[in-house]
Amino acid sequence: MSERAADPAEAVFREEWGRLLATLVRWLGDFDLAEEVAAEAMAAAVERWPVDGVPDRPGGWLLTTARRRAVDTLRRRQNYAAKLAVLKIESERAETERLTAPVAEPDVIGDDRLRLFFTCCHPALGAEARVALTLRYLAGLSTAQVARAFLVPEGTMAQRLVRAKHKIGKAGIPYRVPSAAELPGRLPAVLRVVYVIFTEAYAASSGAALVQPDLAGEAIRLARILHGLLPAEPEVGGLLALLLLVDARRPARVDDDGELVLLEDQDRSRWNHAMIDEGRALVTSALRHRPPGPYALQAAIAAVHDEAPSLAETDWRQIVALYDVLRATAPSPVVDLNRAVAVAMLLGPEAGLALIDTLVAAGTLDRYHPLHAARGHLLDRLGRRAEAAEAYQLALELCGNDPERAFLERCLAAARAAG
Amino acid sequence: MQYLLLIYGTEPSEQPAPEQLEAEMAEWFAYDEQIRKSGFYVDGNALERANTATTLRVRDGDRVVTDGPFAETREVLGGYYLVDVPDLDTALDWAAKCPGARFGSMEVRPITVFDQG
Repeated sequence: MSERAADPAEAVFREEWGRLLATLVRWLGDFDLAEEVAAEAMAAAVERWPVDGVPDRPGGWLLTTARRRAVDTLRRRQNYAAKLAVLKIESERAETERLTAPVAEPDVIGDDRLRLFFTCCHPALGAEARVALTLRYLAGLSTAQVARAFLVPEGTMAQRLVRAKHKIGKAGIPYRVPSAAELPGRLPAVLRVVYVIFTEAYAASSGAALVQPDLAGEAIRLARILHGLLPAEPEVGGLLALLLLVDARRPARVDDDGELVLLEDQDRSRWNHAMIDEGRALVTSALRHRPPGPYALQAAIAAVHDEAPSLAETDWRQIVALYDVLRATAPSPVVDLNRAVAVAMLLGPEAGLALIDTLVAAGTLDRYHPLHAARGHLLDRLGRRAEAAEAYQLALELCGNDPERAFLERCLAAARAAG
Repeated sequence: MQYLLLIYGTEPSEQPAPEQLEAEMAEWFAYDEQIRKSGFYVDGNALERANTATTLRVRDGDRVVTDGPFAETREVLGGYYLVDVPDLDTALDWAAKCPGARFGSMEVRPITVFDQG
């Protein structure tokens, strides 16, 4: 599976649509009208370009066309707000001419997309709304595609988007890039949305697909756009590196029968080495920033895995050390669990199990199936089959992902047969 | 845009120590002075305790008056500021500076603008 299986023409189309929409939202201050005229301009392009030829500045042509349609629509509305909007957009005419001119400044459009990121990922919006808005307006997926990715009916997703846009408009969520002073407080929410889109692709919590290829690809594309817009932010580079270094293993993660393949059994020659190289270069530069942020650290851990010729030859000491730093930077019980698994590889299953049992006693990860699966695996290695079977059983009850369930069933059966 | 910053908090069951009360009041006065001088201030007031509230409904033309607030909740409305600011981010910045944000919660609600079309 290549990084992007999607139709390249569709990708170009969505890229243009995303740029166009971002500028239109700033001009019009109205998502719905911006969407409507962006769609009309794209339709006009599909009709005219094959006949008249592609214009020198396709982006400028689209903006001019969309602007005319917006003015027409607003004139028909005849109300006070619409009259104000016409005045505003007419005053942007000079800007369109500048953008249409042969030496257009790409930065203007770049800034608009960055603004749109901060609007769509604003903390005043619910977590689900942020993800949906980002996929629709920044990745350029259709409402139907966003709905499919999240396994909800299209009507449900359409409603979610309508409610989110309503909140943006009525609550006065601004369309601007936060100042340098605000950026550290606001950027994590944006990165979080991209990360959630990526993890959703991997851990689809129910259903038959272990990996929804579209979402992982979209998350990488969004991270690339953000990295292009904020090249100096180490955590943006760290996030892009993390996604590339994890997704590089995708071709080996599921076998030809659709069964989950654990890291230790993966055919490492099937990993995407171009993605690994790109991710390693990014992580090296992200780690130069002190102290390194949580995405850069997770990327560094992924890089150590990707560089190892086999599970046994992995530099576990380095991985445990990186988890120690991560735990100090961004403490979480999930980080503690991952560290415990690495400790088991470095020092043996007893050491790892002791750490996991501390987590079990704390109780915060009771409903997290990887905790019970990891515990079962270590008990298995210690020959404590009956306890291992109990742990696998618990993991199975909590896991909703079909390939992972099939894998746990096999572990459970083996533990029972051996015990 | 105008926003109402609603200040919610639990009402203490007993009178706080005088020095604590004095320290809290000093914070409130400092914030009040700052927001009034900011150019964003429109209005603001503290409210008497929720046990002074009276709720009224008109049903079939009759007034139904009951003692107490409309909703019995742990955090009650204790006061408000009305501000006129460029956007939600600025309103949230003023809500964050308010001592009520640390003692309880601030609800930030936009004021409705009716289209004059």
